Amino acid sequence: MKRDTKRASVFTRRALLVGGVQIAALSALAAKLYQVTVIEGSRYTTLAESNRVSSRLISPPRGRLLDRFGVPVAGNKLNWRALLIPEQTSDVQGTLENFSKLLPLADHERLRIDREMKRHRRFIPITVRDFLSWDDMASLEVNAPDLPGIVVDVGTTREYPFGPALAHVVGYVAPPNERDVAQDTMLALPGMRIGRAGMERVHDRNLRGRAGAVQLEVNAVGRVIRELDRQEGVQGSDIQLTIDATLQKSVIDRLGDESASAVVMDVRNGEVLAMATNPSFDPGLFNSGVSQAQWLEWTRNRRAPLINKATSGLYAPGSTFKMAVAMAALEAKVITTADTVFCPGYLDFGDRRFSCWSKGGHGQMDLHGGLKNSCDVYFYEVARRTGIDRIAAVAKRFGLGVPLGIELPGTRSGLMPTRAWRMAQGKAWNIGDTIVSGIGQGFMQLTPLSLATYVSRLATGRAVEPHLTRSIDGRAQPGATPDDWPSMGISDHTLHAVREGMWAVVNEQGGSAPLAKLNLPDLPGVQMAGKTGSAQVRNVSREQREHGYKSENQAWELRPNALFVCFAPYDAPRYAIALVVEHGNAGAAAAAPIARDIMQDVLTRDPTGPKPPQRVADLGAAAGARTP
Amino acid sequence: MSILERRLIREASFGLTGKLWQISWLYVLMLCALAGVGYVALYSAGGGSPEPFASKHILRFGFGLVLMICIAMVDIRVIAKMSWLGYALGVLLLILVLKMGHTGKGAERWLNLGGMQWQPSELMKIMLVLAIAHWFHKASLEQMGNPLFLIPPALAVLVPVVLILKEPNLGTAVITAVVGGAIFFAAGLRWWMLLTLGGAVLGAVPLAYSHLHDYQRARITTFLHPESDPLGAGYNIIQSKIALGSGGIWGKGFLQGTQSHLNFLPEKQTDFIFTLFSEEFGLVGGLFLMTLLAIIILGGLVMAIRCRHQFGRLVALGLSVNFFMYVLVNIAMVTGAIPVGGVPLPLVSHGGTAMLTVMIGMGILMSVHVHRDAEFSEDQELEG
Repeated sequence: MKRDTKRASVFTRRALLVGGVQIAALSALAAKLYQVTVIEGSRYTTLAESNRVSSRLISPPRGRLLDRFGVPVAGNKLNWRALLIPEQTSDVQGTLENFSKLLPLADHERLRIDREMKRHRRFIPITVRDFLSWDDMASLEVNAPDLPGIVVDVGTTREYPFGPALAHVVGYVAPPNERDVAQDTMLALPGMRIGRAGMERVHDRNLRGRAGAVQLEVNAVGRVIRELDRQEGVQGSDIQLTIDATLQKSVIDRLGDESASAVVMDVRNGEVLAMATNPSFDPGLFNSGVSQAQWLEWTRNRRAPLINKATSGLYAPGSTFKMAVAMAALEAKVITTADTVFCPGYLDFGDRRFSCWSKGGHGQMDLHGGLKNSCDVYFYEVARRTGIDRIAAVAKRFGLGVPLGIELPGTRSGLMPTRAWRMAQGKAWNIGDTIVSGIGQGFMQLTPLSLATYVSRLATGRAVEPHLTRSIDGRAQPGATPDDWPSMGISDHTLHAVREGMWAVVNEQGGSAPLAKLNLPDLPGVQMAGKTGSAQVRNVSREQREHGYKSENQAWELRPNALFVCFAPYDAPRYAIALVVEHGNAGAAAAAPIARDIMQDVLTRDPTGPKPPQRVADLGAAAGARTP
Repeated sequence: MSILERRLIREASFGLTGKLWQISWLYVLMLCALAGVGYVALYSAGGGSPEPFASKHILRFGFGLVLMICIAMVDIRVIAKMSWLGYALGVLLLILVLKMGHTGKGAERWLNLGGMQWQPSELMKIMLVLAIAHWFHKASLEQMGNPLFLIPPALAVLVPVVLILKEPNLGTAVITAVVGGAIFFAAGLRWWMLLTLGGAVLGAVPLAYSHLHDYQRARITTFLHPESDPLGAGYNIIQSKIALGSGGIWGKGFLQGTQSHLNFLPEKQTDFIFTLFSEEFGLVGGLFLMTLLAIIILGGLVMAIRCRHQFGRLVALGLSVNFFMYVLVNIAMVTGAIPVGGVPLPLVSHGGTAMLTVMIGMGILMSVHVHRDAEFSEDQELEG
């Protein structure tokens, strides 16, 4: 017993020691637990929250583009689409097979679907088909039992109610590329589009809006358990344009089948009311990606439907340039309005003969007669006396061959030649070059928009800049009133002389554009001033001329361009038009009547007038229609 | 009343009813409370439902409780006599599991016996406790100083430890060695031997590390730098710490644990049940659970001290240390104090055979308590 007692006491001592060690160890664990839960607790709370909560952005609706009366020219419409949620069906291929029987899926669509399915978890919906029609949706609904995993969902897509009629102004949107996404991650959201051309591109930042955010509770594999919080995105700003969409459409209609461009401007403030280019394209096609075949068709078309001819088409201005020559000469005091030049039908200079369009000649011509008859010889001589540099300087002040304030990307300045420019090319300027410049031929290359600006400045004496933005999100943009624009500094006498000459072109007996005379019984006394232009696109030699060269017998692309510039009303100018009909031959015959019809329409609608145009009321119907 | 008189009264009442009265019902109540905590935690792990974990858990505990009481009724001397047989059976099972064991999580640990998955190493620890307690039961303090006398029990510890290491199951092997060592210590091992042995073990650590499996080394590396591999091996530790830390002092509330309910926490119903409970009930809940576990551990030691025969003392101490080691390794693992080891929290974690093994151990512990005054014939021989 004694030994056991001794053993027992050793055991008791050591058992107590073991117990002590155990308590110490458990206390250490308790301390560790305290450290994790209390001392480091807040850090882990944040981590748990970021584990649990997944913030996802929701794409904001894109802002709209409106015309000057608030009619949407680029809006959002609902896009019904069929989505596939792979985990909701046991047989994905079978579902797709059945889907294919209702709405055939092309091979490349099947490949895309397979690819996306491999990339995403099984509960992420995959778009099977966009832009479902009512019929498509009906057939999907009826056959729903055969299509497990297919759901019909609605998103938004860009809509252009005026289609091709406004394509070059409004532009288009397209899916963003990787570079765009790198700059703004919001663009990675489904359905986001980026403005690629026109005003969609100019105001892309404003139109984009701010992404909303939705806080989702997710589990370890990323499945959404529930929505915790939602902040709706902010829709992009609505941008109001200076365009009158109805007017634009009627201008396009009037241009008909011609390859042509027309710009209608408010001469008092530079607002572009219509900017039409024919032929055009359907901007909606870019939304989902343009097919190779369509792209080739556009780019190979010699009428260049993708080019905005109003801002990027370069044309020799022809006789429409004569007012600039006259103003340069008058301002330089090289001539007076009373000085005359004798026109025998040609001007010989050195060994070259420069022909007048009238073979028989015009006889004694002063400025009034020179403009009215568009006498070439008169302007050859005036240009020769003034010199190219003084002509170019004045022309540039009128917006010819210089960058303009217009917002549209891809706008070209054109070319207003000078001696320095020619020298930079390593060539010498010849007096002959000055002489042909006097009638707007030679090196000169200008856009219809710059011609409209030129006429506007000439009509008001103010340096208005053409622009297309009227307001952003209700905030009016500067430049709406004439006083916002500085005076040109051209003497009234000079301006009056050329305006008067332009009036004579249209309204005086024997003027060169009698077809341009307005016929508006409702607006008695309203008259238009204008100037024709027929600009050769190739040199016609003296030999050809003498052998009965007739431009209208030439191939289409060799015929001269027909131009017409005008403003109205003559006594209180409000509207200017510049019109180019590509290869239309003669300005007086091909361009003037079209310009007159457009001007009559503008004056009747009076889009800048105090009374809203009556046709705005039924624009709802017009907005739905598409120009063929 | 003298000790002798009390003993006589107890001896006289050694019928089955008397024995039942000898069971420490307070201790049983503690075990029930622990299993109750397990029910609550597993109810939450089941997503707020008794299925699939909690109801099974409580059913198994009920069965285990009956088994425990049955074992407690078995005379401790019978258990002592059977101890070497049990040990031999345990070693046989360990060899069997190595030969035809079922692979789970990269290691051969499971044996399919009677339609149930068994981990023979768990049973082995109990058998080892019984076997070396039986060896030391006869030992005098003088014999404890004789190295030759210590060789057989040392071998008895080494054989299962090596076999378990080969499975390979580092955690259980270490626990087994510590349990064996604790019995040696309590039996009166000389301090110099203990220190020498401790030094030798420490010296062997680098050698052992070179023999570790890659996955075991990865555990140690990620334990040292869990953030180095947040989605790989360090994921479990990080997510467990996030769960504990975000629970804070008062917890997120019952069924409100985001980490566990959103499946960020792996194996929440088994190894990480303590984390789940602490996330929902906070530091307070965690400390409550640890207190309960400490009472059960120390209660085992009290029973050991109160026992009047060396076999019972050593068995009770061994089983208490075994239980303690489970708790230590599990909680240290989930709080990120030691590498992840795949050790469940006894009576709280979901798992049938683990529960059964624990309850067998508890039954033997209770048998020690019930038969704390039993006379061993060997005692009399020794004393005579």
